[in-house]
Amino acid sequence: MKFISEFRRSELAEGLISQIHRQSKTPARLMEFCGGHTVTIFRYGIRQVLPRTIDMVSGPGCPICVTANADLDKAIALSQIPGVIIATFGDMLKVPGSHSSLQKVKANGADVRTVYSTMDALKIAEADSSNSVVFLGIGFETTAPTIAASILQAQEKGLRNYYVLSLHKLCPPVIQAILDSGEVKLDGLICPGHVSAIIGSHPWEFIARDYGIPCVVSGFEPLDILQCVDMLVAQIENGESTVEIAYRRGVRPEGNQQALKLMEQVFEPCPARWRGMGEVPDSGLKLRQEYQRFDAELAFDITLSPAYEPAGCICGDILRGVKTPLDCQLFGKACTPQYPVGPCMVSSEGACSAYYLYGGDFGG
Amino acid sequence: MEDKILLAHGSGGKLAHELVEKSFVKAWANPLLAKLDDSAVFDLSGRLAFTTDSYVVSPIFFPGGDIGKLAVYGTVNDLAMAGAKPLYLSLSFIIEEGLPRAELDRIVESTRQAAQEAEVEIVTGDTKVVHRGSADKLFINTAGVGVIPEGVNISGSNARPGDKVILSGTIGDHGIAVLSQREGLSFSTRLESDCAPLGKLVAETLAASPNIHCLRDPTRGGLATSLNELARQSKVGIRIEEEKVPVREEVLAACEMLGFDPLYVANEGKLVAIVPAEDADKILGAMRANQYGKGAAIIGEVSGEHAGRVVMKTVLGASRIIDMLVGDLLPRIC
Repeated sequence: MKFISEFRRSELAEGLISQIHRQSKTPARLMEFCGGHTVTIFRYGIRQVLPRTIDMVSGPGCPICVTANADLDKAIALSQIPGVIIATFGDMLKVPGSHSSLQKVKANGADVRTVYSTMDALKIAEADSSNSVVFLGIGFETTAPTIAASILQAQEKGLRNYYVLSLHKLCPPVIQAILDSGEVKLDGLICPGHVSAIIGSHPWEFIARDYGIPCVVSGFEPLDILQCVDMLVAQIENGESTVEIAYRRGVRPEGNQQALKLMEQVFEPCPARWRGMGEVPDSGLKLRQEYQRFDAELAFDITLSPAYEPAGCICGDILRGVKTPLDCQLFGKACTPQYPVGPCMVSSEGACSAYYLYGGDFGG
Repeated sequence: MEDKILLAHGSGGKLAHELVEKSFVKAWANPLLAKLDDSAVFDLSGRLAFTTDSYVVSPIFFPGGDIGKLAVYGTVNDLAMAGAKPLYLSLSFIIEEGLPRAELDRIVESTRQAAQEAEVEIVTGDTKVVHRGSADKLFINTAGVGVIPEGVNISGSNARPGDKVILSGTIGDHGIAVLSQREGLSFSTRLESDCAPLGKLVAETLAASPNIHCLRDPTRGGLATSLNELARQSKVGIRIEEEKVPVREEVLAACEMLGFDPLYVANEGKLVAIVPAEDADKILGAMRANQYGKGAAIIGEVSGEHAGRVVMKTVLGASRIIDMLVGDLLPRIC
């Protein structure tokens, strides 16, 4: 089986699209939580082919976008300490903090390195014991287990110069915060695929049960999303609300037990700051006491000036699903992927970037 | 003989002469170079194409090629994209001190083979050695000249509404092959760079029809960027169909993993031709008969609407704008 082209076949897509058109009678607003889904939806023009009854809204599932400026400032401040090497995933480089970005401080001489995996950061630390490596732990439940594994390895190897700035975020608590705010009314949730590969589908059950919102876990190919929408529409039309998986090749209901164990061993939940949403209880991860010597925040002394949000940027509202990029005065004018003002225009998974690059509806 | 390149190899003294004669002149052996004058001197007549390029690829060896082969083919291809028959090249090597002599010799040998394959001569060159850290192993700067046959008029501004857009084969092979070898990127693939000389492909295609309007090799920035350049230069719209653009399954998989779009990934042996609709089948046939154009396909057409923009019909039948690449391709987080 070909795992990509098979999930992009147009004849299968046509069948699903016409089934959704036949089935969907009730107007429904569906949120795709994950930025990866936003990209697929725009890249393939999925909004254009769905019936008018279905309204799609993007959620806060872009790890870079939801990182608060105060936390970005911490990473930038750490990069200014002599002997500190910042290791990070590439997306982070361009994100503007309050006053600068990692890309800019790198150009000014800070040692900022892009890595493709957490283990590469560990290798840098091993090879260069005279400097300290700080890995920027940004991401959801998807990346946290590998970072936990890197900490355990660092401990095993006795590395004294490897640190993590843990800015991890957890998905179910933030969805709950969005639903509790009452700002957006949702009729269905497209649950994130990679996150669910780790946590399974059970953690979404409270949404179906307590909020009466149908939930379907989706993969990232166009056929995955169409199948997911089809399953959500079926639940909506039948007046049901359960959790289903439309991504069986990646997700089991119980998740990845080994990854979860690693995560729990090293991290514990803590309150976290989300851009646009403020502090959400139990939505972050911090290092457990026995691993605190790897915590970059405790190991280095940094002073921060108050965080500053760029005037006019509505990334926060967009992340809550309250507004769309088209509601932003800066969109496509003062804020473009070349000269981004807010993080949703920087990250390849940000809603603004998807709207900008893929042009919304065009001649469809 | 020293087994590493020293600063002294760039000093102009004895070591430098030894390097030039033993490594370069011997490999590139041709009468114009062998004179060792300050300039290569030759006659040419007709309309000339003249181009320059620099190569800084890392790593310098990658599956399917190396920096030397890339430099020769890249320069030859730029000439071919003007419809020219490539003739003479210059190659300047900027070497970081400490580069193993054996690696340099492998690369020079590779430029020799590439020049032979592309039927061009390297008639002048230069070497400089810089301090460790001032270059990344080896940079190569090139220039090339070629002659354009009578009756050929190819330019990025010649696309007309109704023209067909032909792509000579799969996209993204080079970018993914190089990336797979980068330090820190731990995925393995059997994929090789598509690095190839396109002079003969262009000559054979022109023999089938001299009416080709535009040619471009979608290198850095990928197919999306080349199509945007052509749409802007010609002030026309371009419509392509996602299903018709050939992409290997391995490239699709690597792109998914890294969060890239194959439309933006570099190629080194592919071209895009914009041709009059009535000649399209003839040209496609000629391309497919050449080893470097076997996978050629008509991927779209030029439109009088949405001037300066490229629009793609997705596999779902929806349409989206394809913009130029912004910044660098950076792998995503999750």
